[in-house]
Amino acid sequence: MQLDVPDFSLVVLIGASGSGKSTFAATHFLPTEVVSSDVCRGLVSNDSNDQSATADAFALLHYTVGLRLKNRLLTVIDATNVAKEDRRKLIQLARQYHALPVAVVLDLPERLCSDRNALRPERSFGRRVVRHQRSTLRRNLRGLAREGFRRVWKLKSEQEVEAVEVVRQPLWNDKRHDHGPFDIIGDVHGCFDELVDLLQKLGYKFEKGAGQAEGNWQVQAPQTEEGAQRKVIFLGDLVDRGPKTPAVLRLVMAMVREGAALCVPGNHDDKLRRKLEGRKVKIAHGLEQSLAQLESESEEFLDQVRDFLRGLVSHYQLDRGRLVVAHAGLKEDMQGRGSGQVRQFCLYGETSGETDEFGLPVRYPWAMDYRGRATVVYGHTPVPEPEWLNRTICVDTGCVFGGMLTALRYPEKETVSVPARQTYAQSVRPFDSETEGSDPPGSDSSLSAQQLQDHQLDLEDVRGKRFIQTRLRRNIRVHEENSAAALESMSRFATDPRWLIYLPPTMSPSETSSRSGMLEHPDEAFATYRNAGVSEVICQEKHMGSRAVVILCRDPQSAERRFGVDTGEIGVVITRTGRRFFDDLELEHALLSRLQMAAEGAGLWAELSTDWLCLDAELMPWSAKAQALLRDQYAAVGSAATASLEASLESLSLTRARLHDEGIHALWKRQQSRQESVARYCQAYRQYCWPVQSLEDLKLAPFHLLASEGAVHADQDHFWHMEILARFCAQDSILLATQHRSVSLADLESCKQAEDWWQQMTAAGGEGMVVKPKDFVAKGKRGLLQPAVKCRGSEYLRIIYGPEYLMPEHLERLRKRGLGRKRSLALREFALGLEALERFVRREPLRRVHECVFAVLALESEPVDPRL
Amino acid sequence: MLLQLETSYRPATDLGYLLHKNPDRLHSKKLAFGSAHVFYPVAEPDLCRAAVLLEVDPIGLVRGKRPFQSGTLGQYVNDRPYVASSFMSVALAQLFSSAMAGRSRERPELVNQALPLKASLPAISFRGGQELLQRLFAPLGYQVEAERLVLDPKFPAWGEGRCWSLQLAHTLPVAKLLQHLYILLPVLDNEKHYWVGPAETEKLLAKASAWLPDHPEKDLIVRRYLKYQGGLTRIALARLAPEENPDPDGNERQKDAEEAEVERPLSMNQHRHAEVLSALKACGAQSVLDLGCGEGRLLRELLREKQFQRIVGLDVSLQALERAANRLHLERMGERQRQRIELWHGSLTYRDKRLKGFDAAAMVDVIEHLDPPRLAAFQRVLFECAQPKTVVITTPNREYNVRWKSLPAGHVRHRDHRFEWTRSEFEAWAAPVAEEFGYQVRFGPVGPLDEEVGAPTQMAVFDRN
Repeated sequence: MQLDVPDFSLVVLIGASGSGKSTFAATHFLPTEVVSSDVCRGLVSNDSNDQSATADAFALLHYTVGLRLKNRLLTVIDATNVAKEDRRKLIQLARQYHALPVAVVLDLPERLCSDRNALRPERSFGRRVVRHQRSTLRRNLRGLAREGFRRVWKLKSEQEVEAVEVVRQPLWNDKRHDHGPFDIIGDVHGCFDELVDLLQKLGYKFEKGAGQAEGNWQVQAPQTEEGAQRKVIFLGDLVDRGPKTPAVLRLVMAMVREGAALCVPGNHDDKLRRKLEGRKVKIAHGLEQSLAQLESESEEFLDQVRDFLRGLVSHYQLDRGRLVVAHAGLKEDMQGRGSGQVRQFCLYGETSGETDEFGLPVRYPWAMDYRGRATVVYGHTPVPEPEWLNRTICVDTGCVFGGMLTALRYPEKETVSVPARQTYAQSVRPFDSETEGSDPPGSDSSLSAQQLQDHQLDLEDVRGKRFIQTRLRRNIRVHEENSAAALESMSRFATDPRWLIYLPPTMSPSETSSRSGMLEHPDEAFATYRNAGVSEVICQEKHMGSRAVVILCRDPQSAERRFGVDTGEIGVVITRTGRRFFDDLELEHALLSRLQMAAEGAGLWAELSTDWLCLDAELMPWSAKAQALLRDQYAAVGSAATASLEASLESLSLTRARLHDEGIHALWKRQQSRQESVARYCQAYRQYCWPVQSLEDLKLAPFHLLASEGAVHADQDHFWHMEILARFCAQDSILLATQHRSVSLADLESCKQAEDWWQQMTAAGGEGMVVKPKDFVAKGKRGLLQPAVKCRGSEYLRIIYGPEYLMPEHLERLRKRGLGRKRSLALREFALGLEALERFVRREPLRRVHECVFAVLALESEPVDPRL
Repeated sequence: MLLQLETSYRPATDLGYLLHKNPDRLHSKKLAFGSAHVFYPVAEPDLCRAAVLLEVDPIGLVRGKRPFQSGTLGQYVNDRPYVASSFMSVALAQLFSSAMAGRSRERPELVNQALPLKASLPAISFRGGQELLQRLFAPLGYQVEAERLVLDPKFPAWGEGRCWSLQLAHTLPVAKLLQHLYILLPVLDNEKHYWVGPAETEKLLAKASAWLPDHPEKDLIVRRYLKYQGGLTRIALARLAPEENPDPDGNERQKDAEEAEVERPLSMNQHRHAEVLSALKACGAQSVLDLGCGEGRLLRELLREKQFQRIVGLDVSLQALERAANRLHLERMGERQRQRIELWHGSLTYRDKRLKGFDAAAMVDVIEHLDPPRLAAFQRVLFECAQPKTVVITTPNREYNVRWKSLPAGHVRHRDHRFEWTRSEFEAWAAPVAEEFGYQVRFGPVGPLDEEVGAPTQMAVFDRN
């Protein structure tokens, strides 16, 4: 006998002790798929026959089953399950997780069971137990279907049991192997002419088929360039209200029959089905039109319609699970599952139980809470314009109410619409104002539904331990304590998350140099990349200011349209931890306005066909942002050191004049060299400070043009970035183009020139340089390479390692520094930053962008030597 | 860092006997954190000057510490090697232990004799002003000369920093001078380079029991010396003056302490909590959220009221929550009591399902810590998502700031306040919010009412329609 078991189901074995359940389970299922009451008993009591442990054992069994079903895993229950109340809890669990419950009854002769038990010393109970179990079983054997089992198989003999073959069947809704491409069409409601218009617009061709009835046509689907046939998906509500329901049915049925289309049922179709099955339904909401139009149709056609509607599956999972279609949409935890509740949701959505001022049920806005990975396309609720929200889209644009008939092309995700030829029905609810039940306040604004929702991020989307998938690196882990730290920083200090589409990665220095009097030198940076197989690098002057990320919009309207910020701002300048760079918003605005003009002047808007830009830059002077740090730390140390050493030297000089002591002399020499170090230290930090009275005193040096509309420019090499930014910088004196040069790593002369260049820059007080592979994203033998390493000058390093770090006894100890953590961090943050931009550019919901940016901030709270 | 001690007592070179350091030699000593040297730039019969030069190892300061601790000690660029601080105290104790204990083999008769002494420190780190220096040293009889050093002569606009030069003159026994310096250098600096534990109380009592009990700034000295560790402070103060009632709020943390200092005359916290508590009781709430609960001062009072059966404190700072758990003694609370209270880590700008379904929410002086552009997100989190029946919000009344004597004009009361509202500004924010989210709102003063500028704090109570 073949047992067709749905591949996601709860298989309940039923049979007396000794009926062979465990053997059956072991024969046909994986060990991990079987949850056995005896095993559970053993786990909670160390004795798999200890009946006093039954309550705990079943608590464990039910808990385990619940988790497995939540994870959409076929599960087999190996327990006697002879009593109805034992099965009730299992049926409940199956329903809760929308799994199909099926029963396999092992109704074997009592004698056989008892004999088997007798062979097993641990089963010392008498024959009475088995007899009692069998009689309990037989008493309600017939009612199993009524208890809720979708299929019941009864096996009455050893031969039957042996002949069993279990075949796993995919659920009807499982079309994950079907990759389309699809044209997904919203509620048609008998609007046949518009349906034909739309299909023609989508490239479908019609041929009149046999018979004269309207809709009885052959349809030729358009082909993709790769030769795949496009396929139509109807989202249900084919019938009612509109003028040509029979023609629509005829066409759709033909297309489905021929495999040219898929169709899911809508609530109107379902009601018509019930009517055609002869059940009592209330004739309203347009059913009256359908019935009137179907009156002249043949009995045979009506039977075909009934069978067609009966055969519709509530929803489909398509394209490897990446696409779900259902009439009223579908929550993530119901996708690819089967239950009455799932069907109900697909037909009607979820209602809150209340009714609105038009007497219609208030819908629970499931899409607002949707966090699933699958795109969900649905209809059911007429909307004026299809709008994406959390990877869901409603394409019912109210054709029958005089709106449009809309299709979503998948995977292109473009919508194609045709207007209604006329208004066939009046909507009870004014259909132009979007009355989706509980719209967020402020829905009168021009922001999209997604933007309105994005105004509020959910704690669940960022807190706790997380794994983030990025294109460049899989499974980036964020520890719970780091995300907790980031939550504080993000909440207390960061700017509005809608602006926060990128945070820059940390940057590692080059390997520690062993040259005397030096910690860092270009040789090591070149060697690192040369060894990784890179042939060409770019060396960029490292500006000593503060890292700044600039979001620049062409005008306030683009800021609103693209970022959902409707405050009239035209962008933002943020620090590497997501804070606003300027407390003075007027100054920020003035700076952004200058940048706007520069972008205009350089023709960037047109060249990149964009109305926004994201720049990675350094903003100078250092003292503009780091004022407090400079005063409280750098200058404070300078003044203390100067005063202290001056007094010490004076005191030692007097002593030296009085005593001829070698120790005193050595001490004096030493203090002199310390004093010199301190003077050079003060000189070093002073170079990066100048007073800022106005905008003119600022300098912005952009070095990456990270993203613009439709593109993250990580596919362009660094020379592209330098070239386009140089044109941008030429427009305004507050912009500073970054000096750079190309270095061919195989060419020692080229390396030497770059080294000389570095020497010159650092001798003149420069911070140093950054060495990057020519390609923005570079990969080597062992994966992603450091996107950049810095090579800092020895004078500059005084402000990192302290005024006296070059004293030999100090330098020796400082050479021992581990770069591993810093480098690993840099890679993870680099991957996350680009991922954030890519998600933003793909117009994913803000929470998906925020997740990455939040993770960068979280990683930054990992303990890494801040001086690297 | 340098300290010089000189005397004009004749013969001045007796200073060498008192310090147990021969004026004609260099004395060097290795210390845990570097090395100390004593030498005499001047050793004449009428003037003798001893110098203590301390070289702190700047790399050792940072290396070997727990991972990159914040604060000055974790930095290579650090004033610690240059300013006299607790390092100098430790060095003094090790270099001059006999002198400090008042022992001298050669000149026992000089030990208790008051000598004309001068101590000069070219660089100390000091948080405070001239007036505080006087308050600290004048009661001990010192003449004080001090000058605050400019941060950088190249950038006069930066002004002066924490670094001062200090000269103290007085006629007193050497041991006393050393003891005073030992205790007061870290007090001036308001930092310690090592962990302050109970042993520190003992050191304080050993070096200061002779002179501190009568010092008018005793409380401040003890608090700063023990780094604001409440428990230790209370013990030390109690032992210094058993009859006095120790300051109950001694365990304020530093930043809050500053705000408290501003508002001290009124103990505004008590006013705020009393008002908030009575509003919460009046609305009949059984479940209450304390949003931004900090260290849990309001929570403690809520726990005392039987009416509140479910109390949740939420804060964005894990540290604050840890301290709240300690202060409320959650670990050893009885089970029944423990079930009434929870502490959650969360944020007021992220939607949080857990916050739904509470009768009331209190936000005591928290809103002013939010950035104004984030208020819109916060409003939705609280009024649209959490939707408690009653919301009580308090915030400083900026108009009242002119009445705080210690607050410079135009300043906010706490460094992290992003804004402070006047009464009409508060109302202009609250009324439309109430309107938008379906609440009624009423306003009231908290603290003594001033006819002209209102009360120090203002409160709004929102009731859901």
